[in-house]
Order: sequence, then structure tokens, then C-alpha cells
Amino acid sequence: MSTSQQPQTLAAPAPRAEVPRSSQLQFRITRFLGWFLVRATLIFICVLWTVPTFGLLISSLRDKDALAVSGWWESLQSTITQDQGRSGTAADQIEQEGRYIISGNLLPEGDRREISSFGLTATGFDDFAVGETATTNEGFEITVLEDGTYRLISMEPIPESFSRGQRITFQAETPPRLTLENYDEVINTEGLGDAFLNTATVTIPATIIPIAIAAFAAYAFSWMRFPGRLLLLSIVVGLIVVPLQLSLIPVLRVYNTLELRGTYPGIWLAHTGFGLPLAVFLLYNYISSLPRDLIESAQIDGASHFDIFIRLVVPLSVPALASFTIFQFLWVWNDLLVALVFLGTRPENQVLTSQLNDLVGSRGDNWEIMTASAFVSIAVPLLVFFALQRYFVRGMMAGSVKGG
Amino acid sequence: MDQFVNAALAILLGVGGMLVYFYGTNFVLDTTLADRFAADGKLIHSNARSRERIRPWLFVGPAMLLLTFYLLYPAADTFRRSFYDARSENFVGLDNYEWAINSSGFQQSVQNNVLWLLVVPFASTGLGLLIAVLADRVRWEAAAKALIFMPMAISFVGAAIIWRFMYAYRAPGETQIGVMNAILVWFGGQPQTWITEPPLNNFMLMLILVWIQTGFAMVLLSAALKGVPEETIEAARIDGANEIQIFFRIMIPQIAGTLAVVMTTIVIVTLKVFDIVLVMTDGQYDTEVLGNYMYRWIFRNLDYGKASVIALSIMVATLPFMFWNVYRFRREEKLR
Repeated sequence: MSTSQQPQTLAAPAPRAEVPRSSQLQFRITRFLGWFLVRATLIFICVLWTVPTFGLLISSLRDKDALAVSGWWESLQSTITQDQGRSGTAADQIEQEGRYIISGNLLPEGDRREISSFGLTATGFDDFAVGETATTNEGFEITVLEDGTYRLISMEPIPESFSRGQRITFQAETPPRLTLENYDEVINTEGLGDAFLNTATVTIPATIIPIAIAAFAAYAFSWMRFPGRLLLLSIVVGLIVVPLQLSLIPVLRVYNTLELRGTYPGIWLAHTGFGLPLAVFLLYNYISSLPRDLIESAQIDGASHFDIFIRLVVPLSVPALASFTIFQFLWVWNDLLVALVFLGTRPENQVLTSQLNDLVGSRGDNWEIMTASAFVSIAVPLLVFFALQRYFVRGMMAGSVKGG
Repeated sequence: MDQFVNAALAILLGVGGMLVYFYGTNFVLDTTLADRFAADGKLIHSNARSRERIRPWLFVGPAMLLLTFYLLYPAADTFRRSFYDARSENFVGLDNYEWAINSSGFQQSVQNNVLWLLVVPFASTGLGLLIAVLADRVRWEAAAKALIFMPMAISFVGAAIIWRFMYAYRAPGETQIGVMNAILVWFGGQPQTWITEPPLNNFMLMLILVWIQTGFAMVLLSAALKGVPEETIEAARIDGANEIQIFFRIMIPQIAGTLAVVMTTIVIVTLKVFDIVLVMTDGQYDTEVLGNYMYRWIFRNLDYGKASVIALSIMVATLPFMFWNVYRFRREEKLR
């Protein structure tokens, strides 16, 4: 022990003092540059990776009029719009202390805009600031206030010929506002609420069924002896990467005959079939690595394989089961192809991804609909991700052999 | 509310039915092949051996049946249908294959798939490796990695909509609401129609998959990098190697196995790409890929023969990976 430590202690005092001062400075600068570059690059990449999702979230919370005219990064600034209105007509005039007045509000009730300037010609919307007085061709004086109220004052009675009122153009600011209105609209009007429930109805059994079936099979492959074990297991491993495109047509034909297409059991079984190879493989890796003594001593005590599986192996395999549960849950929740082919697009059982795809076609430019809808569909996966990150990462890593 | 009740019922039925099967069959097996006892409780005849000969098949039975119906039989049937006409009624020999070779749509899909394969796996793995190395040197490693990994949780459809918004286009002079065009205009450029302008648009679609897959590559590679023994790196440093030499000569060879797994996984994801193309362009503007092209031939052109050939061509591309997986698995089984 002591002999191995000696050379280390001898080598420790490095001959630093001999390094000239200038090159030491140079060394420090390079080291600082390295330190700085690592952080700057990493922060840059992190921002780059987060901006798309963040922009979607912010946009989904914005006022839909503001969303259409400015970028989401400006969502904390007011948006400026130009508009015009008309004053009341001669019929609206009121006499007050020898003056004839028409008053009213340019903005409809409930409008949140604030007027900043106004004018009397089509392009003159910033000729006068709010509170200033403009004079019309007829010699009337007009004042417009921030909240949209205006007063038109005349020293003489206003003649009947003033029947169309005065055009007033103005520039208004919409103060920034975050709202859940878009969510209300997509969930209640666009049917995303139902689609959400449909997705859950598809996903929950399509996650639990393959895990249960795979766990039984994985146990049998690990601890039971039967002819053809290794061959069957090799087939399972081989099937992991088979593209499911290969299965679409034949299964679809059978489903049409059996009237399973468009039914929940149909899609549960389809997801089960496509998810099984990976599930069996992962659970086999885990269950077969449990200590042999444990299983054998239970057998000697007279427990059947069914008892050993339920009472001993399942509780011990919780980490592996949890990881695969998350992987399969997200896979099914996020799936589009299997849902399109085997469930179809009828509204009574259309899932979120499929409805989103339809929305791109019909409402692709209504960004208030698109952003809120997209966020409804990714909210659950994101929640699972942030809440169960450790299991999630493990599940994804374990699923790596499958490739999507 | 109705919907909710139906959903809950459906879930109970599906999950319950399966549990009934496993408990039921095992119960039936244990009662029909029960051990026989004499009146004094002495064992007369044990059926344990026959029970345990049958039980494995109760356990693997459902899995094997489902795999046969959903993967094995369809693979064979798709192969058969590739030699038949649109409705799989008349044998047409190699006509569908001949069509594929001469079809410009098929050629374009193959070309684009190859382009995707050249870009996405390398870009994702390279970026993932860079981030893994950088993140290893900061204290906020976990937070940085979480942000990069997050897109893995998002569906391809969701990601496609997120990026459609990034690429949103407004005519020059109007306010740009898409980030990409806003940046371009801010630097004095002209707004671009990112997803309708070939060949640029193909790369814009690939970017979405890179965005999703980089986190995956990063997590696996980061774990592998942390597994490189500290002593090896220390030894190289004492021998005078600089950081770059250490990275390429020590670390890369040590994580070569993980790099291969990451690359092949992303290659397979890329081969099957479908959702992104469907949502972004539906294969228009020269962006067709095999996954979407097959979908088109099943549901719009209603030709099972041609769709089968397209499916088989995706399958052929995955075959090497299939054999490699089985080979590795059997090798490890022998070591057990």
C-alpha cells in the first residue's frame, strides 16, 4: 500500500514556478475562453431547442386578433391597429348652453382598445393626438378621447344635410392580454375535448394489455423450460424492428371482414400486437436477470409458476414495468398511423393526433386554433415527462432498440 | 359525460378481459389436473409434471398468437399481395415491382428517404454528442439535458404543428409571425416559404426529426461518456494529450458501441418517417417519402399491390438491423 502511494506524493509539487509569467497569463485566458465558450454554446443550444415549444405555448394563450398581426415574442407589447368609425348624425344632436353637440363612442362596447391618435381623412389616423381638437370641413370641432368617446361641437344648429355623420379614422393600441379563450374554443367547439377522451380510451388499455401479456411471456421465457424456447425468443427479437407498414394491409382486410375496424378493441389489439416484441424483449432482459436462487427456493416450497410470477416476480419487476409502461403509453398517445388506419376519422372515436392532422387541412392558418389544439395534445406527454423524468428517460433508453 | 362513462367501461372491459384469461386458464389447469389425494390426505398421484408442461403455453400463448396475427402472417401476406393487382384478385407477376422501378413517385420517395438517412442520423448523433460533452462540464447539466430531451415526449404531429408555426410565412412587408422569417427579415432578408420550396423544404422537414431525436442521442451518449474510466483519461493527459486528442482517440473508441446503437435506432426511425411529412406537406413539393407514399397508395389510390411493394421496400432496408439484433441477442444468450 505505502509503496504505491509514495511516488504520487513525490510527484505532486509540480514545477509551476518555472513557467514564465506571460505564458501563464495566456494559459488563464485560454482557460477562461474555454469556460465561456462551453457555457455560451450550451445556453444557445438550449434556447434554440426550447423556443419552438415555448412559442407555441405563449401563442396559444394570446388574444386571437393579436396573434394574427404580431409575433409571439412581442406578446407583452401592445399591438397597434388602424380602424375607422363614424360620428352620429344631425338627428343625434343635443343643444347644450347654446352649443350643438353630438357625442358617442367609436369603439363597440367591450372593446379593450385604447385610442392613441385620430384624424378625419382616410390616411390621417395620426393627425391629432387624443384630447386634441380637429376641425371638420363644415367647421365643427371634434375631440376624441383614449377610451373612444368623442364630442362633435357646433356653434350653430347642425343642418339635416349632415346625415351620414363624420368619418373618424383612428389608431388604437390593444394592451397585451393572456387568455384561455382559445382553449375554451378548441375543447368545446372544435371537439378536442372528445378527442382527448378518445385518445385516453385508446391509450390506457393499449398500454396495460401488452404489458400484462408480455410479462407472462417474459416470465415463461426466463424460468420455464419448453421446446422451441430460444427459437421463439429469437423471432420476438427479430420482430422488434419490423416496420408496421408491412402489417397494415393484411390486418386491415381481416378487420374489415370481422368489423373490427373503427372499434376500440380493434385498436387496442393492434397496439398490443405491434408493441409486444419490444415489451417481451425488455421484460425478458429484466426478469431473466433476477436471482436464480430466489425462484428455485420458491419452487421447492411448493409454489406454482403462476404464484411465483404474481407474488414474487411482478413486485420485483416494478422498475422495468414502469419504464416500459411510460414508453408504451407515450408511443400510443402520440401515434398517428395506427389510429388513422385501424380507427379511422369518424368523430365519435377520432383521436387527438388524427384530429390535429385534419385541423391542419381545415384551419391551418387559424393559429389560435392550431396552437391551442397542439398544446392540448402534447400536454399529457409533457406532464408525464416532467413528473416522471427518471423513469421516462430509462423507458426511452430501453426502447432504443425499437426505433420509434 | 356519456363519453366518459363509455370510455371507463371500455377500459374496464379490455383490461378485465385479459386478467380473466390469465387467472381463468390457470385456475382451470390447476383444477382439472389437480393432484389426487387419498381420504387420509396422502398423495396418490401428482399431476405436477403435466401441469408444468402445459403452463408455459398458457403464459406465452397470447403473446405468440398476437405476434402471429399482427406481424408474422401480415408480413407473408403483404409479400403475396405484392404479386397481385390492386384488389389482390389477379396474379400479375412482377408488374408491381416493374411499376415501382419506373414510377417517378417511388423513385423520388427512395431518393428522399436516402437523403433523410444521410442527414438525420448523423446530425442528431453529432449534435447529441456535442451537447453531452458540453453538458458534462457545467453544474446545471440536468436542467440543460431536460430541455434538450423534452421534444422526445412530443408527438410527430405536435412537433410538425410547432414547426409549421416556426416556418409561418407572410408576404414581404407584412409583419412576420413565424420565428424563422422574422429573424430573416430582421437581418434584412426576404421572407421564405420554407416548406414549399424544393430542395430547401426537405431539409426543413428533416430539422423537425433532428429536433426530436437529438435528445435521445444525447442521453445515451452522455451515459456512455460517463462510463469512460477516469484513469484512462488521466493517463492520456499525463502523456501530454490535449482535450481534442483525448476526445477523438480515447473517448470516441470507448463509446463506439453506444454510437452504433444510437445511429441504428435513429436510422430505423428515419426509415419509417410518416407523420411529419403527412402533416407538413403530404408529400407535395417534392418531399414524398416511402412511409407517406405507401399510405397514399392504400387509401387514396386504393392499390394494395403497389402499396405492398412500397411496404416491402421499407422492410428490406430494415433487414440488416433485424439480423444484427438477432445475432447479438443469440450471442448474449450463449454467454448466460
